[in-house]
Amino acid sequence: MNPYGPVAIYLGVAMAAALLFSLVPGLLARSKPNPEKAEAYECGVEPTSSVSGRFPVRFYLIAMLFVIFDVEAASFYPWAVQMHALRVFGLVEMVVFVIVLAIGYAYVWKKGGFAWK
Amino acid sequence: MAAIHSAPLWLVVLVKSALLLLVVITTFAYAMLAERKVMAWMQLRPGPNRVGPWGLLQPAADALKMMFKEDLTPKTADPLIYKLAPFISLISAFGAYAIIPFSEPSPGDLWSIGNVNAGILFIFALTALGVYGISLGGWASGSKYPLLGSVRSTAQMISYELAMSMSVIGVLLLAGTTSLAGIVHAQHRIWFVIPQLIGFVIYLITAVAETNRAPFDLVEADAELVAGFHTEYSGLRFGLFFIAEYVNMLTVSCIATLLFLGGWNPLFGLTVVPGIVWFLLKVSFFLFFYIWLRATLPRFRYDRLMAFGWKVLLPAATANLVVTAIVVAYIG
Repeated sequence: MNPYGPVAIYLGVAMAAALLFSLVPGLLARSKPNPEKAEAYECGVEPTSSVSGRFPVRFYLIAMLFVIFDVEAASFYPWAVQMHALRVFGLVEMVVFVIVLAIGYAYVWKKGGFAWK
Repeated sequence: MAAIHSAPLWLVVLVKSALLLLVVITTFAYAMLAERKVMAWMQLRPGPNRVGPWGLLQPAADALKMMFKEDLTPKTADPLIYKLAPFISLISAFGAYAIIPFSEPSPGDLWSIGNVNAGILFIFALTALGVYGISLGGWASGSKYPLLGSVRSTAQMISYELAMSMSVIGVLLLAGTTSLAGIVHAQHRIWFVIPQLIGFVIYLITAVAETNRAPFDLVEADAELVAGFHTEYSGLRFGLFFIAEYVNMLTVSCIATLLFLGGWNPLFGLTVVPGIVWFLLKVSFFLFFYIWLRATLPRFRYDRLMAFGWKVLLPAATANLVVTAIVVAYIG
């Protein structure tokens, strides 16, 4: 069997188990609907405004930075595994890459991209 | 054993998968009880002691109670995604066990389900999906506290995931493989916690943050966000998030054991004790460490948490990676 065959079977079983757990509330849980219960929670008072409000753009910035740096981390994996064969060539190549990244990192730091005010 | 060899492979894998899931869920139940007990002892309380001897039946009582609790959906929620979110969290939490080897691989693959080369990369890919469960769950609740909690925790998890994936590259450099069994074999002489001490410390910190546990449990900072992303969830749907959190804790403990503590390699050359016992002992050590942290440390402040991840852990992990690479290039 393909090495991923057992993995796929396991994931199938895990999905079935999770689905079972998701269906149990519908079967066993008692249901006494009440308009008050269907309100969104807001410390006991009626919701004062709609949810789709604004939230800080910082979070968006963090997501953008994550995409950049995570691609970098992912590109390190195959390189790291081959390092015993690449030796000094691999080292120089990676150091150049890290320096380029460090410049970008320093720029973001200086611009206040990591500060949370 | 003869019956196992004559049965078709897919059937064997199916039975093994079901058994493994059962073990994982039971471990979750008793990890939760152990946490309540150990924390109680640390705080000089008796802890749960009513249901069964020493409270041993408490997990079963909790599970039954959750199953019969009313399942509420706020009218402002997006019903489909609201119900899908805990499901996603749980699948991604369970997923990692597809390839975790619990002891020395044998011809019949007795101690693991699958043994794939991508190993650690595969696990990171699967467990990273858990953040979807949290961010979608908070968003789909259509309520303010869950939305804030989920946005916060998404930012926290992706920030710390970065430092986490950087911190294990040192191990890959030393082992020269991403296969989990291969990494354990590479630690035959010396556990990677010694040459990779900085990587290990960074991994431990990020692992706590990734699983949203104290002192990084900003997700459910109850003093400010009620219960964070799962404020609106009740009954078993809340329970699914809860299971996912503990299973993730178990997963990161298993990975820490495999990558840094030599997996099933024995301590002091005690090969009479089977590998699986060593593995479980090391994993229990990490679980205890988690509980200990929760009973000891106060919660971080959000701005400091983010600054710590980006300004301390990420550069430290990168520096560790460069130094390890230099050593491997010239000596290894």
